[in-house]
Parts: sequence; C-alpha cells; structure tokens
Amino acid sequence: MSDTQTPKGPIGRFLALSPDSVPKTLFVAVTLCLFASMIVSVAAVSLRPVQEANKLRDKQLNVLQVSGVYEPGMNVADAFASFEPQVLDLQTGSFTDQFDATTFDDIAAASDPELSVALTDDPAGIGRKANYRVVYLLKDDAGAIDKVILPIHGYGLWSTLYGFIALEENGNDIYGLQFYQHGETPGLGAEVDNPRWKTLWSGKKLRDDNGDLQITVAKSQPAAGADYYIDALAGATLTTVGVNNLVNFWMGDQGYAPFLAKLKAGEI
Amino acid sequence: MSQTKKEMLIDPLVDNNPITLQVLGLCSALAVTSSLQVAFVMTIAVTMVTAFASMFISLLRNQIPGSIRIIVQMVIIASLVIVVDQVLKAYAFEISKTLSVFVGLIITNCIVMGRAEAFAMKNPPMASFIDGIGNGLGYGLILMLVGFIRELFGAGSLFGITILETVNNGGWYVPNGMLLLPPSAFFIIGLLIWAFRTWKPNQVEEREYKIQSVEAH
Repeated sequence: MSDTQTPKGPIGRFLALSPDSVPKTLFVAVTLCLFASMIVSVAAVSLRPVQEANKLRDKQLNVLQVSGVYEPGMNVADAFASFEPQVLDLQTGSFTDQFDATTFDDIAAASDPELSVALTDDPAGIGRKANYRVVYLLKDDAGAIDKVILPIHGYGLWSTLYGFIALEENGNDIYGLQFYQHGETPGLGAEVDNPRWKTLWSGKKLRDDNGDLQITVAKSQPAAGADYYIDALAGATLTTVGVNNLVNFWMGDQGYAPFLAKLKAGEI
Repeated sequence: MSQTKKEMLIDPLVDNNPITLQVLGLCSALAVTSSLQVAFVMTIAVTMVTAFASMFISLLRNQIPGSIRIIVQMVIIASLVIVVDQVLKAYAFEISKTLSVFVGLIITNCIVMGRAEAFAMKNPPMASFIDGIGNGLGYGLILMLVGFIRELFGAGSLFGITILETVNNGGWYVPNGMLLLPPSAFFIIGLLIWAFRTWKPNQVEEREYKIQSVEAH
C-alpha cells in the first residue's frame, strides 16, 4: 500500500496515512517517546548543578541553624567554612580518612551493603544503618571543639525525619535539634519545626551521672528529672514517639555512644 | 467553537469551574491546601501544565492515533510535569520540598487529562492553550479559597504570616487542628459547591432519581 505512490516523498506519504493505521501508530508512539525523553533529559541534566547546589546549601544552612551560628542574611557557604566535616566510624567512635568528608554521602551509604548493616533492633525504623556518618565539628579560636553536630534520622508517623543534633563539647549537653526533611502532618507532627518547641531541647542532658541514657520525649516527665525531659508535641503522639526513638537510637550504643564516650574522655 | 477567547478564560472560574462544577482534581485539592503558599505554587504549576499540555496535544490532534491517544496524552503531560518539577527543584527549592510528591501527582490530576480529552483533541492550539489557562486558574481559585480558610483557622496565618497568634506560640488562638488534615477540604469544597449552586442555580444537576411519596394504604 505504501509503495504505490510517493508524491510527497517518504515524510509526506507518512503524514497522509490515516492516524489509525498500524505504521502510523507505531511511528507516532516511537517519535513521541524519543522526543519526550529528550526534553526530560535535557531539563534534568541542565538543571542538576543548580539543584545540587540547593541541596548542599540547605544542608549547610541546617548545620548553621542547629548550632546557633546562623543569622538571617549571612552567606551560608562562608559561615559554613568554620565547620570541620569528618567521617565517623560509628563502631569505633573514631574518625576515618577512608572517605572524603566533603563528598561522602552517608544517606546513600545506608543502602550500600558494603558500607552498612541491616538492623535487627531497629527502634528508629530505618531498616539499615550506615557504618560511617559525616559529622561536623565547630571549633573555637584556640582549635578546641566547641560543638559537635551529628546527623540523625528515623521514622515518625508518615515519613522519615532527617535532622541534626548539636551537642556541647562534653558530648552530653544538648545545644539544639533540628529536622531538615520530613513529611509529618502540618500543624501537628510538623510542629517539630516550631521554634518554641526546638528551644526546649537546649540545655538538656543525654545521660545521667551513671552513664545511662535518660533523654526522653514524652507527655509526662519521667523519674530521671527535668534535665532529661522534653515535652511531647500536642496532638502528635506518634511523631513524638518517633522522635524519642530516633534520638535514643542515635545517642545509644548502636549510634554515637562510642564517639560520645571518647569525646567526653577528651580523646577526640 | 462559538465562545470568544475571553469567555474561554473567564468561564472556568465560576460558570464551568473544574472543581465545583466538573468535580475534577479533588485529590490534589485536599492535599495541597493546608497552606496558601503551597496552594499558590500548585496553582501556577497546574495552570502551566494544563495550558501547555492542551496546546501540544491540540497541535498533534490530527496525527494522534485513536487507539493510543490516552497514552500519547499521558506522555506529553508527564514530560511537562517532570520539567516543572525539575524547574521547581532548581529555582524554588524550599517550596518544592513542601510540595514534594504532589508535583509529580499533577500527572494524575484529572483536570489536565480532562481538558486534553474533552477540549484539546477537538480545538485549535491557541484556543486549547487559553482553555488550559482558564481551567488552571479556575482550579487555583478554589485552591486559594480552601487554602485561605484552612490556613487561617487551622494555623492562624496567611502565606505564613501570623494573623491569629496561636497558643503554641504564646498567643490566644486555639487552632482548629482538623482543618489541617486533608478531610477538612472535603467539607469546605462541599460547602463551596453548595454556595456556588445557590448563587448560580443552573449549575444544579438534574436528579438521577425521584423521591416518591409513599401512598397510604
């Protein structure tokens, strides 16, 4: 059928075909897919540098905010230069030079079987835990550690909450806590972002004098006392439970406990 | 089409509103209306996607094979949505974080498909483009109305600016938590449809059944 008359060349012949013929259908499908995939690829590739810069800036901004350095209007990248990133081996509690701390992606590492372990005791609901995490050290002018900023994450009600906790140089006093990514209910669970609630964390302690982890986020104060207690979020019981679990997990033996012990002993 | 271009733009705002009359796109109207800022960005995103999807589909309408036309429409819509998503991630990062998955879900927004199938397949590109803008804005109008009510009474703020100081922040206003949950949008949209149809009685659909009075024996 198609080779009887070719008055307008192969393209004209094709356009004149009924749209419902089999060759035309295949042609439209294939061309459209090629064309659409090209547009999508161009958009994705050309915008990637801007997107990566945004992500990096967002992370740096959160590190600045949680450690109380940030003031509105300041240059994030410049201010971030005073923080020293380090890759921490969670098991030993020491820093490692195995990876480049500025580029190592510990979230991606958590799904790499070489760099992570599946958790059997998993109160934070994260499934797998990376063996290495990127932590940030804020040093004073004399070069001594002033604060450490540790990444934490865990499951709330709907979503995994990703955040940072800033600790004083003794590894026991909390300076601040902040989540930079979550999908909790606006107005209820999403009140983890409420500045007033976040200030509750400041000055709380992780462990009591016996070295037992006592930090609690709950509706009522536990026996350990107000130094270890953060009031729950109103109307967000499950998010609160999630935050309590994830803080306890990351501050506990599976998390940063070996590092914090060394920090306390002054071995870092 | 006998409609003028202006009518095409204005009609979907009230007289042929995609949400209150066509009852399309409800799912995303529930999800993104808890704050005005998010609703506003969603409005722009949906308007752009509907307008350009309608235009491209209309350009190709004589070449699209009937047997795969829905798939062809989906490919065009999906590509546009991915582009919008990428642009938001690059230039409106904070907002794209709050919109998260809902930008991707524009693909499944029935308004985009609905206008492509009902209008763009039969009309020239320019008219389809304007029809897309109009319907996007009609969708946005309802989104903003619902968002206004939900954010004001649910969080005490508008566009993130505090209007009613909430108790959580040391004020007096006890926010209505239910308004922040998606189901509340059902009630608000229901009330809006009622209000629209009281104002414009010709929008009232004919009953599919008749309530019969039971005769006494």
